[in-house]
Amino acid sequence: MTTLLERPTAASAGPVVDKRVVRRRLGPGKRIPFSLAIGPLLLVGLWCLLSATGRLDPRTLSEPWVVVETARDLIENGRLQDALQTSAVRAFAGLGLGTAIGTLLALVSGLSRVGEAVIDGPIQVKRAIPTLALLPLLVLWLGITEEMKIVTIALAVMLPVYIHTHNGLRTIDGRYAELAETVDIGRPQFIRDIVLPGAMPGFLLGMRFAVTTALLSLVVVEQINATSGIGYMIHLASSYGQTEIIVVGLVVYALLGLAADGLVRTIERKALAWRRTLG
Amino acid sequence: MATDAGLTTGQLEDRTAVRVERLHRSFNEAGGVLNGLDLDIAPGEFVALIGRSGSGKSTLLRALAGLDRDVAGHGSIDVPDRVSVVFQDSRLLPWRRILDNVAFGLRGRDARRRGEEALAEVGLAGRERSWPHELSGGEQQRAALARSLVRDPELLLADEPFGALDALTRMRMHILLKRLCAVHRPSVLLVTHDVDEAIVLADRVIVLVDGVVSSDIHIDLGERRSPGDPRFASLRTRLLAELGVEDDHEAIDTQDRKAAS
Ligand SMILES: Nc1ncnc2c1ncn2[C@@H]1O[C@H](COP(=O)(O)OP(=O)(O)OP(=O)(O)O)[C@@H](O)[C@H]1O
Ligand SMILES: [Mg+2]
Repeated sequence: MTTLLERPTAASAGPVVDKRVVRRRLGPGKRIPFSLAIGPLLLVGLWCLLSATGRLDPRTLSEPWVVVETARDLIENGRLQDALQTSAVRAFAGLGLGTAIGTLLALVSGLSRVGEAVIDGPIQVKRAIPTLALLPLLVLWLGITEEMKIVTIALAVMLPVYIHTHNGLRTIDGRYAELAETVDIGRPQFIRDIVLPGAMPGFLLGMRFAVTTALLSLVVVEQINATSGIGYMIHLASSYGQTEIIVVGLVVYALLGLAADGLVRTIERKALAWRRTLG
Repeated sequence: MATDAGLTTGQLEDRTAVRVERLHRSFNEAGGVLNGLDLDIAPGEFVALIGRSGSGKSTLLRALAGLDRDVAGHGSIDVPDRVSVVFQDSRLLPWRRILDNVAFGLRGRDARRRGEEALAEVGLAGRERSWPHELSGGEQQRAALARSLVRDPELLLADEPFGALDALTRMRMHILLKRLCAVHRPSVLLVTHDVDEAIVLADRVIVLVDGVVSSDIHIDLGERRSPGDPRFASLRTRLLAELGVEDDHEAIDTQDRKAAS
């Protein structure tokens, strides 16, 4: 019925009166479509222009088409895939391990006063020391091994996960705990149905930071004596002055980061459906 | 008390669902909020508790609900095993759908079915899969009511459950609550600041002043109670007087006159 009624109005030829009082806009206004892509495309355009006119020395930065060609070659001979796989495994193993440890510690310290007394202090101290400063020690303990790389990433990832999950736990509305007491549920169910969902927004925020941290740590550990992975590929290229390979490596890092962030966002959309519908 | 002395405990339990004796609660040294309060509620009896803001209504209710772990005081409280609480806010868990909220903490294989029945009882059939924030304030409070009744409580404690609702919704909630109580027959202690609400719903209205029950009034207005009834009006006047509302009017009037002159 309503659709029928609407159609004549939309199609009516007569002048539609739309008289309003409009205030000067203070906000930034409407979104430009595909605005996210405009900046990068402009940069690439500038890069093409400078390379084509010879203003940009290939020793400083290779021409874009050379980069594309190099990428194709690297893919064809399989070097890129190998490097990507190695790096991705490191990053995700570290991310997984760090997330698990961070979450576990946050739960223990968030749910018991003893746990908090034991755990929270060291974490705050650890927070003051950048994980990458621990690298010499880790190299000494674990040698230049895959474990060392994964542990380094995990240690760095653990922090944001711990901090945000712990904060999420501590800021759960006490009234929900009170409700749980009135419906007579035990502690395991309290944790499953109140604590975990209540801390979920904090945890996922922590994950967003964790992904960035994992990538940053990956880049650093791959610069140090690596013999495989994207970082090694870049490092090697740097010694030979092959800027095109460096650029390919950077693009792969970017894609890795975007993929991980997209993953977290997808999880967020699913897990926080109850909140998202707020708009 | 003297008449109770000869009864065995068994007989006592038959007659009272709730027994509170000499209950003291205080939040600081300055003075108690509850000062030796006594209260009995019979099985299936609907008691409304009124009192000025800060008189200790919520304190008493929380004591009965067992939610005042950290509050100083003493006295004895006997309540049935199954106690449900309805709060002023609906307190639905935002991350659980309505049905999961209603059935929250229920055990047994028929938990979902019982939840669905309870939702239907409060007129929310079909909203099982909604998120709490998708419901209006009144609907949320109905869901909270369903959550408390699905546990088949022997005692229902409600702290201003309709306080945040508009007048029209509140009247509909009164009718609903009355009907549900007639079916489930729990003892009810309803805290309210609305004297009319107390008279409309309760079998008995108690007034809390200075930490004790200052008056305990049976309401014999029958089933249909209208504020137009002269007996209703006189009850209201009496309860308002108990709350010292007239005095307040005078005090405000004199203040106003002073301010004007
Ligand atoms: N957690 C608390 N800590 C300190 N004082 C408290 C606490 N809870 C209540 N009080 C005090 O105890 C007194 C009684 O509070 P209570 O909440 O029982 O009042 P009430 O009768 O429910 O009032 P209202 O009608 O406004 O809800 C008040 O003076 C209040 O300030
Ligand atoms: Mg109160």
